[in-house]
Amino acid sequence: MSNEKDWPLWEIFIQSKRGLDHKHVGSVHAADAQMAIENARDVYTRRNEGNSIWAVLAENLHASKPEDQGAFFDPADDKVYRHPTFYVMPKEAKYI
Amino acid sequence: MMESNQETLFQQKVDAEQKIEPKDWMPAEYRKNLIRQISQHGHSEIVGMLPEGNWITRAPSLRRKTVLLAKVQDEAGHGLYLYSAAETLGIGRDELVDQLLSGKAKYSSIFNYPTITWADMGAVGWLVDGAAIMNQVMLCRTSYGPYARAMVRICKEESFHQRQGYEIMNVLSHGSPEQKAMAQDALDRWWWPSLMMFGPSDKDSPHSVQSMKWKIKRQSNDELRQIFIDRTVQQAEVLGLKIPDPKLKWNEGTQHYDWGEIDWAEFFDVIKGNGPCNKERLTARQKAHADGAWVREAALAYAEKKAKKKAA
Repeated sequence: MSNEKDWPLWEIFIQSKRGLDHKHVGSVHAADAQMAIENARDVYTRRNEGNSIWAVLAENLHASKPEDQGAFFDPADDKVYRHPTFYVMPKEAKYI
Repeated sequence: MMESNQETLFQQKVDAEQKIEPKDWMPAEYRKNLIRQISQHGHSEIVGMLPEGNWITRAPSLRRKTVLLAKVQDEAGHGLYLYSAAETLGIGRDELVDQLLSGKAKYSSIFNYPTITWADMGAVGWLVDGAAIMNQVMLCRTSYGPYARAMVRICKEESFHQRQGYEIMNVLSHGSPEQKAMAQDALDRWWWPSLMMFGPSDKDSPHSVQSMKWKIKRQSNDELRQIFIDRTVQQAEVLGLKIPDPKLKWNEGTQHYDWGEIDWAEFFDVIKGNGPCNKERLTARQKAHADGAWVREAALAYAEKKAKKKAA
Protein backbone atom coordinates (compact mmCIF):
# COMPACT_ATOMS: atom_id res chain seq x y z
CA MET A 1 0.00 0.00 0.00
CA SER A 2 2.90 2.38 0.58
CA ASN A 3 3.99 2.35 -3.09
CA GLU A 4 0.66 3.91 -3.96
CA LYS A 5 0.98 7.56 -5.06
CA ASP A 6 -0.49 9.95 -2.49
CA TRP A 7 -2.90 12.73 -3.49
CA PRO A 8 -1.15 16.10 -3.19
CA LEU A 9 -1.60 18.31 -0.13
CA TRP A 10 -3.60 21.56 -0.40
CA GLU A 11 -3.62 24.37 2.13
CA ILE A 12 -7.11 25.66 2.76
CA PHE A 13 -8.23 29.25 3.41
CA ILE A 14 -11.79 30.09 4.34
CA GLN A 15 -13.70 33.35 4.32
CA SER A 16 -16.35 33.04 7.00
CA LYS A 17 -18.43 36.06 5.91
CA ARG A 18 -18.49 38.38 2.93
CA GLY A 19 -16.16 41.30 3.55
CA LEU A 20 -13.75 39.41 5.83
CA ASP A 21 -10.29 38.04 5.02
CA HIS A 22 -9.72 34.45 3.99
CA LYS A 23 -8.07 32.69 6.91
CA HIS A 24 -5.90 29.58 6.92
CA VAL A 25 -7.71 26.67 8.57
CA GLY A 26 -5.66 23.57 7.73
CA SER A 27 -5.06 21.24 4.82
CA VAL A 28 -6.66 18.44 2.83
CA HIS A 29 -5.42 15.88 0.34
CA ALA A 30 -7.10 15.86 -3.08
CA ALA A 31 -6.37 14.77 -6.62
CA ASP A 32 -7.19 18.20 -8.08
CA ALA A 33 -8.28 21.71 -7.12
CA GLN A 34 -11.99 21.07 -7.46
CA MET A 35 -11.79 18.04 -5.19
CA ALA A 36 -9.68 20.01 -2.73
CA ILE A 37 -12.39 22.66 -2.52
CA GLU A 38 -15.14 20.07 -2.11
CA ASN A 39 -13.19 18.14 0.53
CA ALA A 40 -12.46 21.39 2.34
CA ARG A 41 -16.18 22.16 2.35
CA ASP A 42 -16.89 18.78 3.96
CA VAL A 43 -14.04 18.97 6.45
CA TYR A 44 -13.97 22.64 7.45
CA THR A 45 -17.48 24.05 6.92
CA ARG A 46 -19.94 21.52 8.37
CA ARG A 47 -21.54 24.27 10.44
CA ASN A 48 -21.79 27.16 7.99
CA GLU A 49 -18.31 28.41 8.83
CA GLY A 50 -17.64 29.28 5.21
CA ASN A 51 -18.76 31.60 2.49
CA SER A 52 -15.78 31.12 0.19
CA ILE A 53 -12.87 28.65 0.01
CA TRP A 54 -9.38 29.01 -1.43
CA ALA A 55 -7.22 25.94 -2.02
CA VAL A 56 -3.50 26.35 -2.71
CA LEU A 57 -1.14 23.48 -3.51
CA ALA A 58 1.04 23.26 -0.38
CA GLU A 59 4.20 23.13 -2.51
CA ASN A 60 3.30 26.52 -4.00
CA LEU A 61 3.08 28.25 -0.65
CA HIS A 62 6.23 30.10 0.44
CA ALA A 63 6.90 31.32 3.96
CA SER A 64 9.37 33.62 5.72
CA LYS A 65 11.98 31.88 7.83
CA PRO A 66 11.41 31.92 11.59
CA GLU A 67 15.16 31.82 12.32
CA ASP A 68 15.59 35.16 10.47
CA GLN A 69 12.57 36.63 12.19
CA GLY A 70 14.50 39.22 14.21
CA ALA A 71 16.51 40.71 11.34
CA PHE A 72 13.72 40.29 8.82
CA PHE A 73 11.18 42.36 10.73
CA ASP A 74 13.77 44.73 12.16
CA PRO A 75 13.13 47.63 9.72
CA ALA A 76 9.68 48.14 11.27
CA ASP A 77 10.98 48.00 14.82
CA ASP A 78 12.30 51.53 15.42
CA LYS A 79 9.78 53.58 13.47
CA VAL A 80 7.35 54.71 16.12
CA TYR A 81 6.51 57.73 13.97
CA ARG A 82 4.44 55.36 11.82
CA HIS A 83 1.89 55.24 14.61
CA PRO A 84 -0.61 58.03 15.28
CA THR A 85 0.18 58.11 19.00
CA PHE A 86 3.68 59.46 18.17
CA TYR A 87 2.28 62.95 17.45
CA VAL A 88 1.50 65.56 20.08
CA MET A 89 -1.97 67.05 19.69
CA PRO A 90 -3.29 70.14 21.46
CA LYS A 91 -5.97 69.11 23.96
CA GLU A 92 -8.49 71.62 22.60
CA ALA A 93 -8.56 70.11 19.10
CA LYS A 94 -11.46 67.73 18.55
CA TYR A 95 -12.01 64.81 16.17
CA ILE A 96 -8.32 64.37 15.38
CA MET B 1 23.66 28.14 16.75
CA MET B 2 24.60 25.48 19.29
CA GLU B 3 22.04 22.74 19.84
CA SER B 4 21.88 23.34 23.59
CA ASN B 5 21.40 27.05 23.06
CA GLN B 6 18.54 26.35 20.65
CA GLU B 7 16.99 24.09 23.23
CA THR B 8 17.19 26.79 25.92
CA LEU B 9 15.55 29.32 23.61
CA PHE B 10 12.88 26.79 22.75
CA GLN B 11 12.10 26.12 26.41
CA GLN B 12 11.99 29.86 27.14
CA LYS B 13 9.44 30.30 24.38
CA VAL B 14 7.34 27.45 25.79
CA ASP B 15 7.61 28.82 29.33
CA ALA B 16 6.49 32.24 28.10
CA GLU B 17 3.37 30.57 26.64
CA GLN B 18 4.42 31.35 23.09
CA LYS B 19 3.13 28.75 20.65
CA ILE B 20 5.61 26.70 18.66
CA GLU B 21 4.90 26.85 14.93
CA PRO B 22 5.79 24.29 12.21
CA LYS B 23 8.92 26.00 10.87
CA ASP B 24 10.36 26.85 14.30
CA TRP B 25 13.34 24.94 15.64
CA MET B 26 12.23 22.22 18.06
CA PRO B 27 13.97 19.35 19.86
CA ALA B 28 13.83 16.12 17.85
CA GLU B 29 12.11 14.41 20.78
CA TYR B 30 9.42 17.10 20.95
CA ARG B 31 8.68 16.55 17.27
CA LYS B 32 8.66 12.77 17.69
CA ASN B 33 6.43 12.92 20.74
CA LEU B 34 3.97 15.21 19.01
CA ILE B 35 3.79 13.09 15.88
CA ARG B 36 3.07 10.07 18.05
CA GLN B 37 0.45 11.83 20.16
CA ILE B 38 -1.33 13.73 17.37
CA SER B 39 -1.43 10.74 15.05
CA GLN B 40 -2.74 8.46 17.80
CA HIS B 41 -5.36 11.06 18.50
CA GLY B 42 -6.28 11.23 14.80
CA HIS B 43 -6.39 7.44 14.50
CA SER B 44 -8.72 7.34 17.52
CA GLU B 45 -11.17 9.65 15.76
CA ILE B 46 -11.07 7.50 12.62
CA VAL B 47 -11.40 4.14 14.40
CA GLY B 48 -13.96 5.79 16.70
CA MET B 49 -16.34 5.97 13.76
CA LEU B 50 -16.69 2.18 13.75
CA PRO B 51 -18.49 1.42 17.04
CA GLU B 52 -21.07 4.14 16.29
CA GLY B 53 -21.31 3.47 12.57
CA ASN B 54 -22.50 0.06 13.76
CA TRP B 55 -25.80 1.65 14.86
CA ILE B 56 -26.59 4.11 12.06
CA THR B 57 -28.83 1.70 10.17
CA ARG B 58 -30.55 0.59 13.37
CA ALA B 59 -31.13 3.91 15.14
CA PRO B 60 -34.62 3.89 16.69
CA SER B 61 -35.92 7.01 14.94
CA LEU B 62 -35.10 9.25 12.00
CA ARG B 63 -34.04 11.99 14.43
CA ARG B 64 -31.56 9.70 16.18
CA LYS B 65 -30.29 8.43 12.86
CA THR B 66 -29.67 11.93 11.47
CA VAL B 67 -27.87 12.91 14.66
CA LEU B 68 -25.71 9.78 14.73
CA LEU B 69 -24.78 10.25 11.10
CA ALA B 70 -23.75 13.85 11.77
CA LYS B 71 -21.74 12.75 14.78
CA VAL B 72 -19.85 10.09 12.86
CA GLN B 73 -19.15 12.62 10.08
CA ASP B 74 -17.74 14.95 12.73
CA GLU B 75 -15.40 12.19 13.93
CA ALA B 76 -14.10 11.83 10.37
CA GLY B 77 -13.58 15.58 10.23
CA HIS B 78 -11.76 15.54 13.56
CA GLY B 79 -9.47 12.79 12.33
CA LEU B 80 -8.63 14.93 9.32
CA TYR B 81 -7.94 18.09 11.39
CA LEU B 82 -5.50 16.02 13.42
CA TYR B 83 -3.80 14.37 10.44
CA SER B 84 -3.43 17.84 8.96
CA ALA B 85 -1.77 19.05 12.19
CA ALA B 86 0.53 15.99 12.28
CA GLU B 87 1.57 16.60 8.68
CA THR B 88 2.91 20.05 9.58
CA LEU B 89 5.60 18.16 11.54
CA GLY B 90 6.95 16.55 8.37
CA ILE B 91 5.22 13.18 8.28
CA GLY B 92 3.13 12.25 5.22
CA ARG B 93 -0.47 11.15 5.23
CA ASP B 94 0.44 7.85 3.56
CA GLU B 95 2.90 7.10 6.34
CA LEU B 96 0.34 7.96 9.02
CA VAL B 97 -2.23 5.66 7.46
CA ASP B 98 0.33 2.88 7.03
CA GLN B 99 1.23 3.10 10.71
CA LEU B 100 -2.41 2.65 11.68
CA LEU B 101 -3.11 -0.18 9.25
CA SER B 102 0.05 -2.10 10.12
CA GLY B 103 -0.75 -1.88 13.82
CA LYS B 104 2.43 0.11 14.51
CA ALA B 105 0.49 3.16 15.72
CA LYS B 106 -1.98 2.92 18.56
CA TYR B 107 -5.42 4.43 18.92
CA SER B 108 -7.57 4.88 22.00
CA SER B 109 -8.31 1.47 23.54
CA ILE B 110 -11.87 2.46 24.30
CA PHE B 111 -12.82 1.72 20.70
CA ASN B 112 -11.86 -1.90 21.16
CA TYR B 113 -15.01 -2.45 23.20
CA PRO B 114 -18.20 -3.53 21.39
CA THR B 115 -21.42 -1.48 21.14
CA ILE B 116 -24.01 -4.18 21.67
CA THR B 117 -27.19 -2.24 22.52
CA TRP B 118 -28.71 1.10 21.52
CA ALA B 119 -28.00 2.37 25.04
CA ASP B 120 -24.31 2.05 24.19
CA MET B 121 -24.78 4.99 21.80
CA GLY B 122 -25.93 6.96 24.83
CA ALA B 123 -23.12 5.80 27.08
CA VAL B 124 -20.46 6.39 24.41
CA GLY B 125 -21.63 9.96 23.79
CA TRP B 126 -22.04 10.77 27.46
CA LEU B 127 -18.97 9.03 28.92
CA VAL B 128 -16.49 8.39 26.10
CA ASP B 129 -16.97 11.77 24.43
CA GLY B 130 -17.21 13.33 27.87
CA ALA B 131 -13.83 11.94 28.86
CA ALA B 132 -12.35 12.89 25.49
CA ILE B 133 -13.58 16.46 25.92
CA MET B 134 -11.77 16.80 29.26
CA ASN B 135 -8.55 15.90 27.54
CA GLN B 136 -9.26 18.02 24.48
CA VAL B 137 -10.17 21.15 26.40
CA MET B 138 -6.75 20.90 28.06
CA LEU B 139 -5.10 20.42 24.66
CA CYS B 140 -6.58 23.69 23.36
CA ARG B 141 -3.70 25.22 25.35
CA THR B 142 -1.01 22.82 24.15
CA SER B 143 2.28 24.41 23.09
CA TYR B 144 2.23 23.33 19.43
CA GLY B 145 0.18 25.87 17.43
CA PRO B 146 -1.41 23.64 14.78
CA TYR B 147 -2.41 21.03 17.40
CA ALA B 148 -3.93 23.70 19.65
CA ARG B 149 -5.88 25.20 16.75
CA ALA B 150 -7.21 21.79 15.69
CA MET B 151 -8.33 21.22 19.28
CA VAL B 152 -10.21 24.51 19.49
CA ARG B 153 -12.11 23.52 16.36
CA ILE B 154 -12.81 20.04 17.74
CA CYS B 155 -13.97 21.25 21.15
CA LYS B 156 -16.48 23.60 19.55
CA GLU B 157 -18.04 20.65 17.76
CA GLU B 158 -17.68 18.02 20.43
CA SER B 159 -20.12 19.27 23.01
CA PHE B 160 -23.11 18.27 20.88
CA HIS B 161 -21.68 14.74 20.90
CA GLN B 162 -21.80 14.49 24.65
CA ARG B 163 -25.22 16.09 24.91
CA GLN B 164 -26.84 13.80 22.34
CA GLY B 165 -25.46 10.82 24.28
CA TYR B 166 -26.77 12.10 27.57
CA GLU B 167 -30.14 12.75 25.96
CA ILE B 168 -30.32 9.11 24.84
CA MET B 169 -29.46 7.99 28.39
CA ASN B 170 -32.04 10.35 29.84
CA VAL B 171 -34.84 9.07 27.63
CA LEU B 172 -33.97 5.42 28.29
CA SER B 173 -33.50 5.80 32.03
CA HIS B 174 -36.91 7.46 32.33
CA GLY B 175 -38.59 4.96 30.01
CA SER B 176 -39.84 1.42 30.59
CA PRO B 177 -38.10 -0.82 33.17
CA GLU B 178 -36.46 -2.67 30.29
CA GLN B 179 -35.14 0.58 28.83
CA LYS B 180 -33.83 1.69 32.18
CA ALA B 181 -32.11 -1.67 32.66
CA MET B 182 -30.54 -1.27 29.24
CA ALA B 183 -29.19 2.16 30.19
CA GLN B 184 -27.82 0.81 33.50
CA ASP B 185 -26.16 -2.09 31.70
CA ALA B 186 -24.46 0.32 29.28
CA LEU B 187 -23.21 2.46 32.18
CA ASP B 188 -21.93 -0.69 33.93
CA ARG B 189 -19.90 -1.71 30.89
CA TRP B 190 -18.59 1.72 29.85
CA TRP B 191 -17.76 3.29 33.21
CA TRP B 192 -14.40 1.68 33.87
CA PRO B 193 -13.11 1.72 30.28
CA SER B 194 -14.01 5.46 30.20
CA LEU B 195 -11.88 6.08 33.28
CA MET B 196 -9.03 4.19 31.60
CA MET B 197 -9.16 6.68 28.71
CA PHE B 198 -7.18 9.17 30.81
CA GLY B 199 -4.22 6.82 30.63
CA PRO B 200 -2.06 5.19 33.30
CA SER B 201 -1.84 6.63 36.77
CA ASP B 202 0.68 9.52 37.02
CA LYS B 203 3.18 7.37 38.89
CA ASP B 204 3.23 4.89 35.96
CA SER B 205 3.24 7.44 33.17
CA PRO B 206 6.89 8.05 32.25
CA HIS B 207 6.20 10.33 29.24
CA SER B 208 4.09 12.67 31.32
CA VAL B 209 6.85 14.63 33.06
CA GLN B 210 8.55 15.66 29.82
CA SER B 211 5.20 16.35 28.14
CA MET B 212 4.23 18.69 30.97
CA LYS B 213 7.60 20.47 30.80
CA TRP B 214 7.09 21.04 27.08
CA LYS B 215 3.48 22.03 27.81
CA ILE B 216 2.19 19.46 25.33
CA LYS B 217 0.09 18.27 28.27
CA ARG B 218 -1.14 20.82 30.80
CA GLN B 219 -2.82 18.59 33.38
CA SER B 220 -1.91 15.11 34.59
CA ASN B 221 -3.88 11.94 33.83
CA ASP B 222 -5.02 11.54 37.43
CA GLU B 223 -6.07 15.17 37.73
CA LEU B 224 -8.28 15.01 34.64
CA ARG B 225 -9.72 11.64 35.68
CA GLN B 226 -10.74 13.06 39.05
CA ILE B 227 -12.47 16.09 37.50
CA PHE B 228 -14.33 13.76 35.16
CA ILE B 229 -15.54 11.59 38.03
CA ASP B 230 -16.57 14.58 40.13
CA ARG B 231 -18.68 15.93 37.28
CA THR B 232 -20.17 12.68 36.07
CA VAL B 233 -21.48 11.33 39.39
CA GLN B 234 -24.06 14.11 39.61
CA GLN B 235 -25.13 13.50 36.01
CA ALA B 236 -25.69 9.81 36.80
CA GLU B 237 -27.84 10.79 39.79
CA VAL B 238 -30.08 12.88 37.53
CA LEU B 239 -30.54 9.81 35.35
CA GLY B 240 -31.31 7.69 38.42
CA LEU B 241 -28.54 5.28 37.42
CA LYS B 242 -25.94 3.72 39.67
CA ILE B 243 -22.23 4.03 38.95
CA PRO B 244 -20.70 0.55 39.22
CA ASP B 245 -18.16 1.36 41.91
CA PRO B 246 -18.99 0.30 45.50
CA LYS B 247 -16.14 2.45 46.82
CA LEU B 248 -17.46 5.66 45.24
CA LYS B 249 -18.05 8.16 48.07
CA TRP B 250 -17.98 11.95 48.49
CA ASN B 251 -15.05 13.10 50.58
CA GLU B 252 -15.78 16.30 52.53
CA GLY B 253 -12.10 16.75 53.34
CA THR B 254 -10.79 16.71 49.77
CA GLN B 255 -14.02 17.99 48.18
CA HIS B 256 -13.68 15.19 45.66
CA TYR B 257 -15.12 11.73 45.24
CA ASP B 258 -13.09 8.80 46.52
CA TRP B 259 -13.37 5.86 44.19
CA GLY B 260 -12.22 2.28 43.63
CA GLU B 261 -9.34 0.80 41.69
CA ILE B 262 -9.00 0.55 37.90
CA ASP B 263 -8.22 -2.92 36.60
CA TRP B 264 -4.87 -1.98 35.07
CA ALA B 265 -4.25 -5.55 33.92
CA GLU B 266 -7.27 -5.18 31.63
CA PHE B 267 -6.05 -1.77 30.46
CA PHE B 268 -2.63 -3.04 29.39
CA ASP B 269 -4.12 -6.20 27.92
CA VAL B 270 -6.42 -4.22 25.60
CA ILE B 271 -3.51 -1.95 24.58
CA LYS B 272 -1.51 -5.05 23.73
CA GLY B 273 -4.23 -6.03 21.28
CA ASN B 274 -6.29 -8.47 23.32
CA GLY B 275 -9.45 -6.39 23.72
CA PRO B 276 -12.79 -7.72 22.51
CA CYS B 277 -12.67 -5.86 19.16
CA ASN B 278 -9.01 -5.00 18.38
CA LYS B 279 -8.87 -7.38 15.45
CA GLU B 280 -12.27 -6.43 14.09
CA ARG B 281 -11.47 -2.69 14.16
CA LEU B 282 -8.15 -3.02 12.39
CA THR B 283 -9.56 -5.42 9.81
CA ALA B 284 -12.39 -2.98 9.07
CA ARG B 285 -9.91 -0.12 8.50
CA GLN B 286 -7.64 -2.28 6.34
CA LYS B 287 -10.58 -3.39 4.23
CA ALA B 288 -11.90 0.16 3.81
CA HIS B 289 -8.46 1.33 2.71
CA ALA B 290 -7.97 -1.55 0.28
CA ASP B 291 -11.49 -1.19 -1.14
CA GLY B 292 -10.87 2.52 -1.75
CA ALA B 293 -7.57 2.02 -3.59
CA TRP B 294 -9.11 2.02 -7.07
CA VAL B 295 -11.01 5.23 -6.31
CA ARG B 296 -7.85 7.03 -5.22
CA GLU B 297 -6.03 5.78 -8.28
CA ALA B 298 -8.82 6.71 -10.68
CA ALA B 299 -9.18 10.21 -9.25
CA LEU B 300 -5.47 10.84 -9.67
CA ALA B 301 -5.46 9.47 -13.23
CA TYR B 302 -8.42 11.71 -14.08
CA ALA B 303 -6.72 14.76 -12.57
CA GLU B 304 -3.54 14.07 -14.55
CA LYS B 305 -5.48 13.61 -17.78
CA LYS B 306 -7.36 16.87 -17.22
CA ALA B 307 -4.11 18.74 -16.45
CA LYS B 308 -2.53 17.44 -19.67
CA LYS B 309 -5.56 18.49 -21.71
CA LYS B 310 -5.41 21.95 -20.22
CA ALA B 311 -1.69 22.27 -20.98
CA ALA B 312 -2.16 21.16 -24.60
